[in-house]
Amino acid sequence: MSTATVTRRTEDGTDIPVRRRKLTPARLLLHGFLIVVSLAWIFPIAWAVLTSLRSYEYTAANGYVSFGGWTFDNYVTAWRTAEFGKHFLNSVYITVPAVLLTLFLASCVAFVIARFNWKINLVLLGVFTAANLLPQQALLIPLFRLFTEVPLPEFMSDSELLYDSYWGLILINVAFQCGFCVFVLSNYMKALPRDLYEAAMVDGASVWRQYWQVTMPLCRPALAALATLEVTWIYNEFFWATVLMRTGDKFPVTSSLNNLRGEFFTDNNLVSAGSVLVAIPTLVIFFMLQRHFVRGLTLGASKG
Amino acid sequence: MSDLPLIQADRAVPPPAATTSTGGRRRRLRLLSRTDRVVITLMVLVPLLLVTAFVWLPALATVVLSGTDWDGIGPLNEIDFVGARNYSDVVNIYPPFVPAIQHNLLWLAVLFVVATPFGMFLAVLLDKELRGSRFYQTALYLPVVLSLALIGFVWQLLYSRDQGLINAVFGSNVDWYGDSSVNIWAVMIASSWRHVGYIMLLYLAGLKGVDPSLREAAAVDGASESRTFFRVVFPVMRPINIIVLVVTVIESLRAFDLVWVVNKGRNGLELISALVTQNVVGEASRIGFGSALATIMLVVSLVFITIYLATVMRENRE
Repeated sequence: MSTATVTRRTEDGTDIPVRRRKLTPARLLLHGFLIVVSLAWIFPIAWAVLTSLRSYEYTAANGYVSFGGWTFDNYVTAWRTAEFGKHFLNSVYITVPAVLLTLFLASCVAFVIARFNWKINLVLLGVFTAANLLPQQALLIPLFRLFTEVPLPEFMSDSELLYDSYWGLILINVAFQCGFCVFVLSNYMKALPRDLYEAAMVDGASVWRQYWQVTMPLCRPALAALATLEVTWIYNEFFWATVLMRTGDKFPVTSSLNNLRGEFFTDNNLVSAGSVLVAIPTLVIFFMLQRHFVRGLTLGASKG
Repeated sequence: MSDLPLIQADRAVPPPAATTSTGGRRRRLRLLSRTDRVVITLMVLVPLLLVTAFVWLPALATVVLSGTDWDGIGPLNEIDFVGARNYSDVVNIYPPFVPAIQHNLLWLAVLFVVATPFGMFLAVLLDKELRGSRFYQTALYLPVVLSLALIGFVWQLLYSRDQGLINAVFGSNVDWYGDSSVNIWAVMIASSWRHVGYIMLLYLAGLKGVDPSLREAAAVDGASESRTFFRVVFPVMRPINIIVLVVTVIESLRAFDLVWVVNKGRNGLELISALVTQNVVGEASRIGFGSALATIMLVVSLVFITIYLATVMRENRE
């Protein structure tokens, strides 16, 4: 860097100059305030990590406000007692198909909405978007009944019902999350130049090819952002798994925590090790794909 | 409401040769081939059926069931319609109802009066391109990636009576989650902790979208920073404001996970969402009664969903 100006790298990788500001007392105060707030915000998570790394015996004897008793045993015990391996797998069985299916179905609808100028499109958009905003509990009663009525062959669900099966949870998550993705993707697709389709049609491309080979590759940034967001949301989903599952062994990891609390008695060190284990996948995704995550959240809110 | 779009979607499939009255930018639709029409129908119909079957029809069924005395066990043809009896029962002879309404309103008030303005305030500070802004932002929206159920557990480490940090530091002996006079405040603090980061993020995106020339013009006119914000920037962010308003209302109405992991929404933590759940999955399966509670939630949320849709659709058309 030979230039003297300070630069800031923007999201698309270009450097833009930023005016260098003097540190006035007012700015110092501002930084002080932000540091205090930020640390206060991190504190509960940091405390959970700290607690999880200390032995129960030490904290029981010396209180939690003490120093020492460092150990990894809580993680080992929590992993074993709570069978986290199994529950993580359950989460994978539910989250991966649900996210892929949501993105696929939502992009289909979004494509039709964005590609054609039909009056019905506005209604469609409304039907999908509103569905995502309804309170889940308002649908619970008929859904609960429906799930206990719909039979599945035994190789798909050992309860032989949609209730208490992975399929049921995948379907309900897809149905619920589609709305948000339709909304975001249709906005995104509307911004693509229409000439693309003209050109594709001149080349004789069918509607399916226009969707799959023209539109979808261009939507990669939006799809990546949505995938990141949906993975965390469906992984974090608590309500449907709690009410539409019965067998403890099949619970995804987020909902299984509730059942585990009983097993852990009042051993907060174990509870916190369990919490950290459950949080790790979302935290890893968040730190690795932070840009996508943030963009996904704000894609839905503004036209940006 | 639920089968209407189905019919119209069918009708929409043959292309209505779209010529437009507004200028020649949009071109006449080419006739679509037979395969294309089938593909388009499937692309819309499959997701639509899914959303209709799992979201809209159940919502409609909830409204219908709220007028019945169904116990969830007998066959559907033995259902008796009882008119508005479930609603009058909910209001008159169901003790947790009034506290639940109060808690939901309190939840809304705290998110709206404390958490939302604080999130907005932080967004305004972080919009100043400070050094280290990245760190502050990351710290503040870290809780947004955690599930609310998990947040319930994390905060228990601070709230627990015997092992919690708060009691240890202040030498107090309060069961923050268990004491029915304080626990609603305790869970609302945990919930606000997450909400602030989310609101900050939405406003940060909104502030980036504000035309900088507006601020410059205000600065030239000699307006102070706070005056510029309240008179110029804030009104320009109207769409974001409405989205934040709706998100806040719906979040407080849908609040569930936190109170459910603490004590299944009992003993001071009654919320409408928890009452509905208790009436269905709990020991007493009172379907009609629970549906009346659920319908109340549905109606309130639909009002705000309509406001939201009207706002974003207008935004999109511009």
